[in-house]
Amino acid sequence: MMLMAAAFLLGAAACLAQAQQRNIALPELRSGSTYMSPDIKAMQDDTFANPAMLWVEKGAKLWNAATGASAQACASCHKDAAASMKGVAARHPAFDNKAGKLLNLEGRINQCRTARQGAPALAYESEELLALTAYVAHQSRGLPLNVAIHDGARPHFERGQVLYQRRMGQMNLACMHCHEWNAGKRLLAEPISQGHGNAYPAYRLEWQAAGSLHRRLRACYFGVRAEMPLPGAQDLLDLELYLGWRGQALLVETPGVRR
Amino acid sequence: MADARIQVPAQVRRGEAFEVKVIIRHAMETGYRLTDDGKPIPRNVIREVTCRYNKVEVFRAETSSGISANPLITFYVMARDSGELVFDWIDDTGVRGTERAPVSVAG
Repeated sequence: MMLMAAAFLLGAAACLAQAQQRNIALPELRSGSTYMSPDIKAMQDDTFANPAMLWVEKGAKLWNAATGASAQACASCHKDAAASMKGVAARHPAFDNKAGKLLNLEGRINQCRTARQGAPALAYESEELLALTAYVAHQSRGLPLNVAIHDGARPHFERGQVLYQRRMGQMNLACMHCHEWNAGKRLLAEPISQGHGNAYPAYRLEWQAAGSLHRRLRACYFGVRAEMPLPGAQDLLDLELYLGWRGQALLVETPGVRR
Repeated sequence: MADARIQVPAQVRRGEAFEVKVIIRHAMETGYRLTDDGKPIPRNVIREVTCRYNKVEVFRAETSSGISANPLITFYVMARDSGELVFDWIDDTGVRGTERAPVSVAG
């Protein structure tokens, strides 16, 4: 009996520890798409009407195009992206031990270009990098976000958490003030989502174009009137890792459509 | 950089109308926007989109600044013979684009 009680207590403690490992409980976890009107959701789900598929399709062409000094295409090594890139976006950002830094999908693509293809790195937010990122991330559509917080990634994760919780800008707001304390409410006409990155690169109607998660994060920095880091900046990478952890178990929706 | 996607049913029946969808990648710059330093961004929208079905024009749209970026156009065409649909468009800067899709007619 004692043993059973002890086992029960241990089990409860383990559950508690697991619950503490998330800051949004699983049943409450909501993708940004659940805050959208049905017509925008339908636009995202329709692989033809979804305008971001233009970028995905362009990414597929780039995937197969030889480039750089090596005259190799992505497909030369990685073959069919549908098989080789499945789940890759769900695991990023990831700490790269060899490079000694945190790489998101954009960073990984550029690392492959410079180190293997002998091609120049693509500019962050350029059409080409967006297209390739959208194409690679699209191969993970429907798979759960699953970033690893290993030794090397730990400081980045902690830095991301600090950034997430720290007040900034003239509005003196932290990410969590809107996306955790007030998620589900409205900011003027717009619903406030939980602020997950599982649909990026995404097509935003406001942008009339596809954009990266960093562009979206910058829009929030702008919203609270804080100084905006450049796309690809370390702060945004660290935040991206924290967001990936925070959204763990959400399904990848890339390419998403957002307001 | 021809950037458009066309959707046509895999097979259509002779004498029946079928749905054609095309989405063209274009910024459709309205001409009403300003750059961050206040300079007007010149208008650049697609002026005209045409569709030819086996060399016969079956659809024409005169588009303007009221239309969103990356416009999606849907229309119906009567199936006659197998062949192809050819889309052509031109924007304010004179840049032309073209994209084609095969049509397979049964019966």
